[in-house]
Amino acid sequence: MPSLKSLKTRITSVKSTQKITKAMKMVAAAKLRRAQEAAEAARPYSGRMAAVMASLASKVTVGTESPRLLAGTGNDKVHLLVICSSERGLAGGFNSNIAKLARRTLEELQGQGKTVKLLFVGKKARAPFARTHKELIVGTVDMSHIKSVAFADAKAVADDVVARFEAGEFDVAHLFFSTFRSALNQEPTRLQIIPAALPATGDATGAEASVEYEPDEEAILADLLPKNLAVQVFRALLENAASEQGSRMTAMDNATRNAGDMINRLTITYNRTRQAAITKELIEIISGAEAL
Amino acid sequence: MADLLDFELVSPERRLAKAKVAMVVVPGSEGDFGVLAGHAPMMSTIRPGAIAIHETDGGPATMRFFIEGGFAEVTATGLTILAEKATPVAEIDVAAVASELASARAAGDEAAVARLEAMQAAATN
Repeated sequence: MPSLKSLKTRITSVKSTQKITKAMKMVAAAKLRRAQEAAEAARPYSGRMAAVMASLASKVTVGTESPRLLAGTGNDKVHLLVICSSERGLAGGFNSNIAKLARRTLEELQGQGKTVKLLFVGKKARAPFARTHKELIVGTVDMSHIKSVAFADAKAVADDVVARFEAGEFDVAHLFFSTFRSALNQEPTRLQIIPAALPATGDATGAEASVEYEPDEEAILADLLPKNLAVQVFRALLENAASEQGSRMTAMDNATRNAGDMINRLTITYNRTRQAAITKELIEIISGAEAL
Repeated sequence: MADLLDFELVSPERRLAKAKVAMVVVPGSEGDFGVLAGHAPMMSTIRPGAIAIHETDGGPATMRFFIEGGFAEVTATGLTILAEKATPVAEIDVAAVASELASARAAGDEAAVARLEAMQAAATN
């Protein structure tokens, strides 16, 4: 039986832990709202961009002289996995879910005899791979100084990826991030970004057929492909930011509830122990008096 | 009074402007062009420069934005400009641009020089 004093200390320490998790939950909730607003605000641009890409795709046939970002290198030997995670832990399964999906893909690709390279955005998914696949890591983008993701940050990542592609470092690139469904549900997602997977265009309407392009379609496409890549990275980072906060909020809510349960249990033990001690003392006094 | 044009200016972070206007002059990569209601559908890339928005028919330009890395899409219903970066011309810091321009020239960064020169021209006009 633990002593009364040690029980009391435990209750106090669990109480202060509960205060911390509660505060973290509140902060995550506030940040989640902001992250959702940012994702919302970015929607018109990415929506228009997707529409433009789709209408261009219906005009251009992918051939050998198409931009390489669209047509690919003609090979698929070397794969680059761009893995977006957060800079901070304590967000439930957020980072490990992304890492798990990436690891599955990595093993699958290696099983097919492909070469895999890893690029990390945010350090938290890096640790599990640093232990097992250190030689595959080609870089880590540090996002710790960034409070809310700006387009320029996404563009820097996209430019880095394009530069590596131009240098012939890889043939196919996949982007890993967590899609935000709700505060309770985030889904790790894999998206192929190079060669660009253009949305299928079923209905090429007659009105669009007469669009004039200045300069021509191919030049516009060549100009837009890197931009589209940056937009996709930006969207991934925004989704990730919202998912991270959602995941942390849920995790901290659980932690707060668990701490509450623990306090209840400890309080009951404390009271029982106290009562037992009092009873024992009384028995001692009474039996002492009777003996006289 | 002629018909008005549905104009939208969006950057990746947010929608900057959405209005019904008479005319927008866009610095296309192959030359400036004005878009009025009923313009033939077209798509064009934009060189760094200022777009001028005329809210009233025949009136002066009431809003000007400096656009970088942009793209214009004219559809049957209106004009959408996608810009990586858009700054209201009134908010351009002329002194800061001038000093940046000097350092870009010294560094020999031609892309930056062209961009900053266009910015300076937009701010002083």
